[in-house]
Amino acid sequence: MSEYNFAYLDEGTKRMIRRAILKAVAVPGYQVPFASREMPMPYGWGTGGVQVTAACLTPADRLKVIDQGADDTTNAVSIRKFFQRTAGVATTERTAEATLIQTRHRIPETPLTEGQILIYQVPIPEPLRFLEPRETETRRMHALADYGLMHVKLYEDIARNGEIATSYAYPVQVAGRHVMDPSPIPKFDNPKLSDSPALQLFGAGREQRIYAVPPHTQVISLDFDDHPFVASKAPHACALCGDDGSYLDEVITDDAGGRMFVCSDTDHCATRRAAGHAGTQAEAIA
Amino acid sequence: MYVAVKGGERAIDNAHAFLAEARRGDPSVPELTVPQIREQMALAVARVMAEGSLYDADLAALAIKQARGDLIEAIFLIRAYRTTLPRFGSSHPVDTGAMAAIRRVSATFKDVPGGQVLGPTFDYTHRLLDFALTAEGAAPQAPKSDALGPMPRVSEHLDREGVIEPEPAHDPAIDAHPPDLTREPMELPAARALRLQALARGDEGFLLGLAYSSQRGYGRTHPFVGELRIGEVWVEVEIPELGLSVAIGAVTLTECETVNQFTGSKTQPAQFTRGYGLVMGQSERKAIAMSLVDRALRWAELGEEDTGAPVQDQEFVLMHADNILATGFLEHIKLPHYVDFQSELELVRRLRVAAMDAEEAAE
Repeated sequence: MSEYNFAYLDEGTKRMIRRAILKAVAVPGYQVPFASREMPMPYGWGTGGVQVTAACLTPADRLKVIDQGADDTTNAVSIRKFFQRTAGVATTERTAEATLIQTRHRIPETPLTEGQILIYQVPIPEPLRFLEPRETETRRMHALADYGLMHVKLYEDIARNGEIATSYAYPVQVAGRHVMDPSPIPKFDNPKLSDSPALQLFGAGREQRIYAVPPHTQVISLDFDDHPFVASKAPHACALCGDDGSYLDEVITDDAGGRMFVCSDTDHCATRRAAGHAGTQAEAIA
Repeated sequence: MYVAVKGGERAIDNAHAFLAEARRGDPSVPELTVPQIREQMALAVARVMAEGSLYDADLAALAIKQARGDLIEAIFLIRAYRTTLPRFGSSHPVDTGAMAAIRRVSATFKDVPGGQVLGPTFDYTHRLLDFALTAEGAAPQAPKSDALGPMPRVSEHLDREGVIEPEPAHDPAIDAHPPDLTREPMELPAARALRLQALARGDEGFLLGLAYSSQRGYGRTHPFVGELRIGEVWVEVEIPELGLSVAIGAVTLTECETVNQFTGSKTQPAQFTRGYGLVMGQSERKAIAMSLVDRALRWAELGEEDTGAPVQDQEFVLMHADNILATGFLEHIKLPHYVDFQSELELVRRLRVAAMDAEEAAE
């Protein structure tokens, strides 16, 4: 792929994206418009994350790409291959070894460390979008910190369902100011957003927005004093590694109601199994 | 027994190989060549060039071949290629008045200087399948006419009389740096130049539906096609080192100018208003639709009422006109979403248990 620049994008485009990233870091949670490029994969496949990754990558980086928490999902494989071809960077499946992690829908279970960058793929960056479809209007609402509509929505959830009926892309407030969509991660992951030593960047290609949570920034999941936020997961332990504290996928194993629960984070699960942990069905994947 | 999902990479490679084989179809049938597509699927090529925003018929034909005839996929291939190309600068505005037209019709006058020229149109064909085309035959020959004379614009006749709103004056700032939504994030409200760019590369079907809705009463456009012309125009760029303008080539364009219901008041005499469509290649449906949508979006500057129609809503139109954006977001829902679904599943189960417990307690 020598006909393309390092990490595909030309240097001028990368500089434009880096400027947007710097602005995003300076104003945590604020959605910075950027001139998103057409990428050689479709919008919705992670073009925002890919552009942010391309702008941050250096030849010395070690890249990890996950989708649904797993390194081996098809789109994670495809994006990792894209950067192997266009940037020739080293890749890894180990969270602890990665300098840069691009993710879709999960935050790794292994706590991130200083110097790491976590890059989220974002479909709809606007947390107010489904309350107010107009961008012109939601930008005004952010400018005025006019978040009453969001609190009314959360209240109506409780009135109707007894609890806040949002289980993923659960809205947060960053550094006491901007309400932010953390991308469609399960709300189980929300506590990991706050006070992380790693830099968290969010790229929305189709919607042309980049935003950021700088290291050690407070991120609060919106709630009420009498209905506090709860990071929930399936009430089971992983059938393979036995962890009862990690986020679980439910896998249908037969057509008679059989199912098992396994870690969504494949690196976390494999690392635990290598260390000798075993769940009730550890032999199933011998 | 649980089998962990592995081998994503091999599955992807095999899927691509299957795709390549399926694209070729039955190998006993001769393979399509790119020149065949360029010459004989010319209107498909035109659509790919227009919505791909790249005037290159050979590349568009190649994209159509690679995309198995899926034009939106072909447009996507062209867009992804286009985005890697350097920008040398912008041309002078093309002079469509000096177009070497192969077709030019006006619906507002029986005859106009330069004449009504039908050109290669489907308009008066009877839509009967021509089974003779299933066999290969000699290339059809059309009678040749003398070269067409100059074709002054129909709107200029109206302009001279003052019965149509004047063209907005050139904005030197926009001429020097035309807005480009492929280089700058779209900001709303968008000026007309940017709106026209968005419409020119917008999805033909979306614009057709919007324009049709405005004709049926969702919004108010009552257009006459003042003029529709198709043909080649020169593209000229200024070469700063030489201090002069040079023609770098010719492109085929379709231009539609509509004459619309008038505005006026006690102080300002009534005048017709304009809608404008300009599309790369031969694409009449798109150019006409574009001119209706352009006109509908001008409601505010013309002091018209916002009836709440979709076609009047700039944000609605501009944010949803691009088929590459739209198809990407639409189709991405087939990617794995099981982490989010799992969280929803648990929520719904929990809410159901709570509801059933409450019901039991009530009994």
